Amino acid sequence: MTTTDWPLWEVFVRSRRGLSHTHAGSLHAPDAELALRNARDLYTRRGEGVSIWVVPSSAITASSPDEKDPFFEPAADKPYRHPTFYEIPEGVKHL
Amino acid sequence: MATAAAAQDTDRGTDHGTTARQGVFDAAVAADERIEPRDWMPDAYRATLVRQIAQHAHSEIIGMQPEANWISRAPSLRRKAILMAKVQDEAGHGLYLYSAAETLGVSRDELLDKLHTGRQKYSSIFNYPTLTWADVGAIGWLVDGAAITNQVPLCRCSYGPYARAMVRICKEESFHQRQGYELLLALSRGTPEQHAMAQDAVDRWWWPSLMMFGPPDDASQHSAQSMAWKIKRHSNDELRQRFVDICVPQAESLGLTLPDPDLRWNEERGHYDFGPIDWTEFREVLKGNGPCNEQRLDQRRRAHEEGAWVREAAAAYAGKHSGTSETGATRA
Repeated sequence: MTTTDWPLWEVFVRSRRGLSHTHAGSLHAPDAELALRNARDLYTRRGEGVSIWVVPSSAITASSPDEKDPFFEPAADKPYRHPTFYEIPEGVKHL
Repeated sequence: MATAAAAQDTDRGTDHGTTARQGVFDAAVAADERIEPRDWMPDAYRATLVRQIAQHAHSEIIGMQPEANWISRAPSLRRKAILMAKVQDEAGHGLYLYSAAETLGVSRDELLDKLHTGRQKYSSIFNYPTLTWADVGAIGWLVDGAAITNQVPLCRCSYGPYARAMVRICKEESFHQRQGYELLLALSRGTPEQHAMAQDAVDRWWWPSLMMFGPPDDASQHSAQSMAWKIKRHSNDELRQRFVDICVPQAESLGLTLPDPDLRWNEERGHYDFGPIDWTEFREVLKGNGPCNEQRLDQRRRAHEEGAWVREAAAAYAGKHSGTSETGATRA
């Protein structure tokens, strides 16, 4: 059995114009060009996309799940960033 | 994503840490949240998922063979195009699932090697032969139908990447089932010979399809734990009953019968009763003694070996051109 060691790529598909690219999944390919072709065959067999990005998985930097609480905590205690924080008298319109 | 294994190692610091992480994991499962690749998870949960997802991926890949057998002999261009699209979908499903398995820290090569050396299994249904064109219809209707019944609840599986792969797969499977049903209907309403061919295919595929749901609940070794982890949402017998209830009226509409003299509506239970399943046959096929076990694995290995030069050439080309052409540099 030969081993391939083809790198892993993450695939992002724009489903139609006006929407952003969304992560669809991943695949193995020897280079970017073949990753694009494989992504087309694998993730857009039914017209699911009008544009594809492929990114080497190794190029992605992710926040660690261990840091989850402290990393995202600053947002949790600022309810005043949400419009529902404010009390507005009844009958006031367009606000 | 190798990070999954790395994250796990750092989590092994102290017993106290493990207990705390187990608590976080249990709470997430209890709250119906999804477990993602870099989250801590119990070793046995990881091992169960690797076993199940790998077996599922292998089934999709091996499952291409019985139907591909008929591509060159499809009776019309329409049927041929449909069958090619379906077999291509099966390849795609295998690839979604291999990717999901890889998020658990196993490599693609390792999984393929385990398939080729018989250390990981695939669904025993694919060890039955496709003797006539009607078998393509019976596979679509019954085998894909059983697969859908099994797979729809997996869309809510506790492991995120597996659940997401299943959502994609289930969307695509319904075409598989409908084309099979339509194919059988055409034969059933055709000449007496065509009708007989359709009936014969259903007679041969019915019982193996019921076996696809796995052993009865009291004999299923992995079921209880998988249910507790919410990998599995319904028991084997529950899903099997659901499938029988769906199929009986569908068979009537086809004008075909199901090969079970004990099959009848049970008013009290609100379900169809059905006859006993031959679990000896199931175990024999699982052990490797089915009609096509050897043939399927041989063909799989041959396809892999014969494709080696393509993989090598592509890798060599990529090596030669690395750093020169950056097609992805411009944002779309």
